[in-house]
Amino acid sequence: MKKGILYLNQFFGQIGGEDKADFAPIIKDGVVGAGMILNSILDTAEISHTIICGDNFMGSNEDEAVDKILKYLEDKEFDIFFAGPAFQAGRYGNACGVICKAIKEKFDVPVISSMHIENPGVEMFKKDVYIFQGGDSAAKMKNDMTEMAEFGNKLLKGEVLKTAEEEGYYVRGIRREIYRADSKPANVRAIEMLLKKINGEDFVSELPIPELRRVEIAAPIKNLSEAKIAIVTTGGIVPVDNPDRIQSASATRWGRYSIVGMDRLANRESEAFKTIHAGYDPAAADADPNVCVPLDALRQYEKDGKIGSIHEYFYTTVGTGTTEAEAARMSKEMVELLIEDKVDGVILTST
Amino acid sequence: MVKEIEKAGITIVQMANLIPVAKSVGANRMVPTISIPYPLGDPNTSLDEQWKLRYKRVGWALDALTTEIEDQTLFEG
Repeated sequence: MKKGILYLNQFFGQIGGEDKADFAPIIKDGVVGAGMILNSILDTAEISHTIICGDNFMGSNEDEAVDKILKYLEDKEFDIFFAGPAFQAGRYGNACGVICKAIKEKFDVPVISSMHIENPGVEMFKKDVYIFQGGDSAAKMKNDMTEMAEFGNKLLKGEVLKTAEEEGYYVRGIRREIYRADSKPANVRAIEMLLKKINGEDFVSELPIPELRRVEIAAPIKNLSEAKIAIVTTGGIVPVDNPDRIQSASATRWGRYSIVGMDRLANRESEAFKTIHAGYDPAAADADPNVCVPLDALRQYEKDGKIGSIHEYFYTTVGTGTTEAEAARMSKEMVELLIEDKVDGVILTST
Repeated sequence: MVKEIEKAGITIVQMANLIPVAKSVGANRMVPTISIPYPLGDPNTSLDEQWKLRYKRVGWALDALTTEIEDQTLFEG
């Protein structure tokens, strides 16, 4: 029987929650946790080992994490590699993408993952990895694992694959010659499309232009010593009573809080500011919120005369599990106030 | 978030640990931070060291705000 390896993060690998996100990679024999689902549907191979690594460890020590994992696998024989599913978890998606890409480059085996469409890992790695269109939370674990396993079966059996859309993974941008069932040549298809376009009818292009996810670069600030600078964070720093009840994950609310007269943000213990972000260990930011909202450093630059002034509020929300659409809406609301208050520049810290 | 603020013509710099993610979502000016739970100050180091690190990197961010760029750019001193 062929062999497969599965990569999971600290949470799904049953090591622990956010407090274990710095967990260095390990390898275990056999399957762990939700790997059972994968293993039971995979009938062409068995999961011989599971790699488990903390999301922050992979995010902050990528080279070290990848080196370690590649070393673990050097003496293992395997035919396929799975990572995730990562749902809408950004750091996990990043980790799955990073390790899949490295495994493919070194061992040249198929690599399969699954992520929700809003996971930034999709955009970053869909060209290198088969990433299935997964659910937004672990409630879809069974479904997403099943898709990964069934596609793994197809690959290992050498079945003829259909297009990315038909198989259910994100388009990688790879073109392959196929024989069309309708034998309709390109010139006929092109004319048909053109006629539909002229008639205002719907048609599907065979060469979609990828949507650019960029915005025009804002002009640099000319006189920083006269500029008003604001701090925005997605790290969930709020007054200890969280007056606007910003959610700890999948936020739809944000707040702005006065920092007038403060040299730095006082901490949770002094009943001033804390973090409510559920996507990282809060210990450091609770003990000193300035590690996330660097007011103390910015005040010094204000005193030094490097910047004109600091905007009287900092703006905050939580960036974990938050959809792009909600983030865009919240930012637009912030922008109105930033413009009203004549803010020239923004430092946005993310966690 | 960065994109919406920048779209409004406000110059913005993102300080992030996962720079590839910031890049992929479309940030133009970026400064790397040292970790996710403590972007600007490692609690395992002295307060003075944390302060120095934070002061330095916020300085990079301010420099980024005054620099003309033509493409996505990482500022690291």
